[in-house]
Amino acid sequence: MGFTITEKILREHCNNNVSAGDFILANIDKCLANDITAPIAIQVFEKIVEGTGKSVFDKNKVILTPDHFTPNKDVASAEQCKILREFAHKNQIINYFEIGRVGIEHCLIPEQGLVSPGEVFIGADSHTCTYGALGAFSTGVGSTDLGVAMALGQCWFKIPESIKFVYNGKLKDWVSGKDLILYTIGQIGVDGATYKAMEFTGDVIKKLSMPNRFTMCNMAIEAGGKNGIIIPDKITEIYLKKVGNKKYKMYDSDKDAEYFNVIEFDCNNIEPQVAFPHLPENSKPISEVDGMKVEIEQAVIGSCTNGRLEDLRIAAKILKTQTIHSNVRCIVIPGTQQIYLEALKEGLIEIFLNAGAIVSTPTCGPCLGGFMGVLAAGERAVSTTNRNFVGRMGHIESEVYLSSPAVAAASAIKGYITAPNYL
Amino acid sequence: MKGNVIKYDEKNINTDLIIPARYLITSDPDYLAEHCMEDLDPDFNEKLKEMGATIMVGGMNFGCGSSREQAPIALKASGIKCIIAPSFARIFFRNCINIGLPIIEFKDFDELHTSDEIEIEFTEGILNNCSTKQKYKIMRMPPFIQEIIQSNGLVNFARKRIL
Repeated sequence: MGFTITEKILREHCNNNVSAGDFILANIDKCLANDITAPIAIQVFEKIVEGTGKSVFDKNKVILTPDHFTPNKDVASAEQCKILREFAHKNQIINYFEIGRVGIEHCLIPEQGLVSPGEVFIGADSHTCTYGALGAFSTGVGSTDLGVAMALGQCWFKIPESIKFVYNGKLKDWVSGKDLILYTIGQIGVDGATYKAMEFTGDVIKKLSMPNRFTMCNMAIEAGGKNGIIIPDKITEIYLKKVGNKKYKMYDSDKDAEYFNVIEFDCNNIEPQVAFPHLPENSKPISEVDGMKVEIEQAVIGSCTNGRLEDLRIAAKILKTQTIHSNVRCIVIPGTQQIYLEALKEGLIEIFLNAGAIVSTPTCGPCLGGFMGVLAAGERAVSTTNRNFVGRMGHIESEVYLSSPAVAAASAIKGYITAPNYL
Repeated sequence: MKGNVIKYDEKNINTDLIIPARYLITSDPDYLAEHCMEDLDPDFNEKLKEMGATIMVGGMNFGCGSSREQAPIALKASGIKCIIAPSFARIFFRNCINIGLPIIEFKDFDELHTSDEIEIEFTEGILNNCSTKQKYKIMRMPPFIQEIIQSNGLVNFARKRIL
């Protein structure tokens, strides 16, 4: 019997003859926490090592990114960030990213070459599943897991069964990785892949760009998945070369690997998708949505799901020489400082400002209702983020509609939810 | 373990409902407990006190969403001693185990009601609804996980390993 890529990576990290369903204590390659999850993880770590004089298991393998409520939105947030800063200093953490260098973690980590194919990567953030796009086993954990990982360099797992998602055909205009994953979650539901590895494959995936692959794996958690994963290929290697990542191990799934399920999609008929409140599974094709004229007060383009340069390029292409609708506040958030700088050099930032959008420093801010675009009661936003739960972006009577950057940009111009092909 | 049930029928009770992100500016359990579940049920804490409820029953895919450990911490600090649902989101599931908050997957969700008194025998794998006088089998945790729970959470488990 063969193994899936997920099984192979986990087997390699626990020196055991194990397969899906087995519980293991695995050695991890990297671990990550942010300003919301690190303070608890640090408390846990201190409790474990108390009186032993021990430091973190490897100061090169612990990553700290204050990105959620930063630049510090209030005194309490400032206090949380201070905990990270002092801990990083005390333990000589190499990969602590201060404001000015930090970006939205799941845009930043791959860009910095800090995650590689074949690695086991855990993060105290549910969207850590993003890095499966590079062929790593990467998953979100809690703060206690992270505190223990910082001390031991280990984490417990149940090796997940895999569901293979096969995307056949050819993508229509303006259809992106975001639309594919919203469509997928719409088909299987927000618990359709609970505890499972979601392996994305097929002709469409083989041609899909790295930013789109990151977007798809990023939202595996929105279907309950433990990890999203894509078999690394030439596109992966070109990306790794660009970010200067030279040390990695590429795995493949065996032909006779066992899957919990195989689901095939014909992409020829998949349209741009919009997920209606209040679950990511409420996705509808744009042809159905456009006629509903769902009016919006805010459009957010950014986040760990869609804050990459390619996303900003698409938004800029649509917003060029256009004007944001007078009822709409359009907020563009480049994912990292590097993306921000490249967008500036390419003239994208100028396009956004001329259209009447604001451009924010990298932050998770509005995605989880923190700051930089919180909604009032009754307000609606179209957003390229990943969750549209009740109250996610602000007031519990506000609404979030999830979409691609193309749909968000077109909607910002029109004042209601639409796509570029309807402009 | 014995206790009274508080039940929420909703599916997908997510971590934003259990503890909204606007309160994540601290990790103080008592502060989190004050705001626990308030976007779904503003009277959550009062009901727990009135009913003496310590066992929470929820719908499918309980705890989905963010990895925030503040969600199970808030529930535990509110006085919840065990959570029962037909299925759980995976990060929430492991967070509960890691902080020593017992969690039970239980398909016969309709058999449990608010105010029922139930008794759980974890080592035997039995759930006893004292109010309806019905007994149910529940899954026994793998030994690996039992060891973590018996250590009262992952911290003590890890501490033993590092010493």
